[in-house]
Amino acid sequence: MLSDHTISILIFAGIDVIMALSFYLPASAGQLSAGQGGFMALGAYTAAYLTVHHGAPFPLALAAGGLVGGLVGLVVGFPALRLRGLYLVLVTFGFGEVVRVIFLNAPAFGGPAGFAGIPPATTIWHVLGLLAVLVYFFTRLSGSRMGRAFAALRDDEAAAEAMGVNSTYVKLAAFAAGGVIAGLGGALYAHYTLFIDPEAFGVGRSLFVMLYAVFGGLASFWGAIVGATILSILPELLRWVKDWREIFYGLLVLTLMLVRPQGLLDATLLARLSLRGERAPARG
Amino acid sequence: MSEPLLAVEGLSRSFGRLVVLASLDLTVEAGGIHAIIGPNGAGKTTFFNLVTGALSPDAGHIRFGGSEIGSLPAYRRTALGICRTFQNIRLFGSMTVRDNVLLGLHCRTHGGLLSPLLGVPFRRTPAEVSARERAEEILALVGLADAAGRPAIELPYGEQRRLEIARALASAPRLLLLDEPSAGMNTQETIELEALIAEVNRRGVTILLIEHKMSLVMRLSKIVTVLNFGQKIAEAPPGVVQRDPRVIEAYLGSE
Repeated sequence: MLSDHTISILIFAGIDVIMALSFYLPASAGQLSAGQGGFMALGAYTAAYLTVHHGAPFPLALAAGGLVGGLVGLVVGFPALRLRGLYLVLVTFGFGEVVRVIFLNAPAFGGPAGFAGIPPATTIWHVLGLLAVLVYFFTRLSGSRMGRAFAALRDDEAAAEAMGVNSTYVKLAAFAAGGVIAGLGGALYAHYTLFIDPEAFGVGRSLFVMLYAVFGGLASFWGAIVGATILSILPELLRWVKDWREIFYGLLVLTLMLVRPQGLLDATLLARLSLRGERAPARG
Repeated sequence: MSEPLLAVEGLSRSFGRLVVLASLDLTVEAGGIHAIIGPNGAGKTTFFNLVTGALSPDAGHIRFGGSEIGSLPAYRRTALGICRTFQNIRLFGSMTVRDNVLLGLHCRTHGGLLSPLLGVPFRRTPAEVSARERAEEILALVGLADAAGRPAIELPYGEQRRLEIARALASAPRLLLLDEPSAGMNTQETIELEALIAEVNRRGVTILLIEHKMSLVMRLSKIVTVLNFGQKIAEAPPGVVQRDPRVIEAYLGSE
């Protein structure tokens, strides 16, 4: 059997993977978000509030966390209709900060002292179960009408519009879905750590989530999965270097991004592994 | 006389001080191949951008099948039956040849973000299966059936142009706008392209064609509109336009 310590590492790694996928989804439609920590906070606080103050059953609280993440994702998606690239990154970054500051100043949610006394509910099976659903979803998405619309929007928005894609609708859907996934991740996180405070979902969180997906490669959702798994387990494997751990971590990330700027899994490697199924170049 | 498929009235568009289209009137009858020619900068591509909704006009009306479409977003015009190809090829580079055509079917198919979770696990949905069959038919029509699984950017230039046509055809247009489809093609590719355009037209798609290769214009089109500095200077069957002194002047310059 796995030790509690190992299970704890796996649960945190699994939540990191869920968060990286929440970044990947809008990114696959060309919408870069530096505010996924904000959606995670909304999911975490919503779910925790429901279980602590209303005695809500965990599955219901989990669903509510995802729902709130999705609804706010829809709202945040609106500026995305007009902004692109770096400007969108800045606006979503601002959104993440706004969420953090709101929870910092909300006594009902514990303010800066944090929100304690959350009942333990999240198990490794919840995390793995959600991951299984997400892997199934993303596998099917790439060969579906909406999946192709996402890819088209990322490649060339004007051409996608000319071919009949309603870019407004597709962008909002991508942001909302990313918000749902991050909200679910936050709800799982809160019911495992049992204590949350606004700092857990700040800029650092958002940037790490982005790093996981970019490190793994944005050519496929497998990149987010591989990137988040490696980078969240790596600190455990680097324990032997003790004080040098963070420097080692930084150097490793830096080296990889220099050697493979397109991430660990790029289009060529994916084709060889044929993880992209239909997208892999066929012989003929 | 029957209602024209496309009727443009007083269409104007400027970029800063540069007047690119100056109160253009133009009608396209259903069923034929209508060519638009003119020197570089005459406003041909801007006209396409206005008709498809990539740009909005400063003034004027655009009627398609009798209803005003001048204020509709581009994707709704595609749904109504207007689709185009681009002068500078704009395929979806990260996608396969087949996926480019399937994307063209977007406005003729259904299925939202949750549909991947529905249906029989590990089996394609019936909608996806029929979309793929349609895509195969279109790829066969343009002669790219064997390339379906290849990344679109790996195709040779001439085939990329045909893929652009295939992608536009997937949206089942009533009016297809081709922006210099033969640009960069060699003689053999141009001959094949001519046959393809004729075949698409024979299947009932009205074609509006911007083209520089006069031989192609002469053989394909029923009527030619000549633009110069954003204005229509001639409109006649190809044989007549060729001898029009104003057209010759526009192309060769006056003394």
